[in-house]
Amino acid sequence: MWKSDKSSPPSPSQASQPSLAPVPNPGPTAAPVSPNRETRAHEPAPKPVDSFRAEVGHIGKSVFVKGELSGSEDLYLDGEVEGSIDLRNHSLVIGPNGRIRATIHARELVVHGKIDGNVNVSERVELRKSSSLVGDISTQRIVIEDGAFFKGSIDLQKEAKPEQRKTVSAAPGATNGVSLVAAGHSSFAE
Amino acid sequence: MRWFRGAGENRPKTASAAGVSQRIRRRSTGFTEFTRSLSGSKELSILDLGPTSAANISFLTGYGGRAYTEDLLRSSANADYRKKVEGSEVLDVEKFLVDNLNHPEHFFDAVLCWDVFDYLDESLVKPAAERLAQIVKPKGVLLAFFHTQDAGPDYPYSRYHIAESGALELEPTREFGLKRVFNNRHIEGLFKGFSSVKFFLARDHVREVLAVR
Repeated sequence: MWKSDKSSPPSPSQASQPSLAPVPNPGPTAAPVSPNRETRAHEPAPKPVDSFRAEVGHIGKSVFVKGELSGSEDLYLDGEVEGSIDLRNHSLVIGPNGRIRATIHARELVVHGKIDGNVNVSERVELRKSSSLVGDISTQRIVIEDGAFFKGSIDLQKEAKPEQRKTVSAAPGATNGVSLVAAGHSSFAE
Repeated sequence: MRWFRGAGENRPKTASAAGVSQRIRRRSTGFTEFTRSLSGSKELSILDLGPTSAANISFLTGYGGRAYTEDLLRSSANADYRKKVEGSEVLDVEKFLVDNLNHPEHFFDAVLCWDVFDYLDESLVKPAAERLAQIVKPKGVLLAFFHTQDAGPDYPYSRYHIAESGALELEPTREFGLKRVFNNRHIEGLFKGFSSVKFFLARDHVREVLAVR
């Protein structure tokens, strides 16, 4: 299995931290259009997006996981996953080398790599320009950068009720981290 | 139909090589009629066959239902759908339609084709139109654009974005080359699975077609 090096904070390698600055308008003569416009079910006042916390789980590009991946912390995933990913109350970033063939549940999702599977994100999905997502998306808000490839359907959900947004407390004895239930196949390249 | 020789294979180029340029605003009678036919309806299922556009998704999700997007042209250029026949590479239409435009019958309330039919591989044009007739609901609408004979083979391929005002914004690229120009009779034949076809001729050599299933 893979080893989490907690002695030094994991860095997202070459991928930049998720930036939420809008893409500039295409040109002076073009009509004012914001290609990075956020689409949401309602039109409430914009909320500040949670910044990506420093303590983040990290799965590097050489790691391949086949099975169920779940966790109780934010995760930066730059490897390959086949199966399902469950980070319902946390953020997930798919790095540029990420290749995901799985169903994803998360609170927030930022995609730089490739996803083939359905996505259920309670708050916000961001598809960056290098991303490719084939599958159905269910979320409250979505941001798609120019250049991103998306094939599937989008279902914008209404805002969840307050009682549904409480952080799920860890089970007794469990520790923060990412757990893997591998269906017998994990590999990494040296 | 009028064919263009040397329009080249439909191989998508990178954005930089494709020469992405500024957006051009364009009013569209056809699109106005399209949105008018949907007004008052809710929870619609609408399919956009153009390139992924945040603006379009934002607009279409405003109808409350699900917005579907499939970049039909780019997908058809995928090497996975090529097969060798008598030494030359052709599109495997059967395999393509297994993975694309694969939706239940009478599923969509509306479809936006933009001008994709002018750029599609010849072998896919008729099967795609037939598939669309199957997956659009009765009374559902389809909007498609066709270039007129004044457009040459170098006419740029454009990504269509729906602006907030309901107008369209074209983002010309060189990603794909114009393959053909349809005449009215060919367009009517293409949409023979639809009960009515209405034409709107625009000043920029585009024939806008609104078909009702």
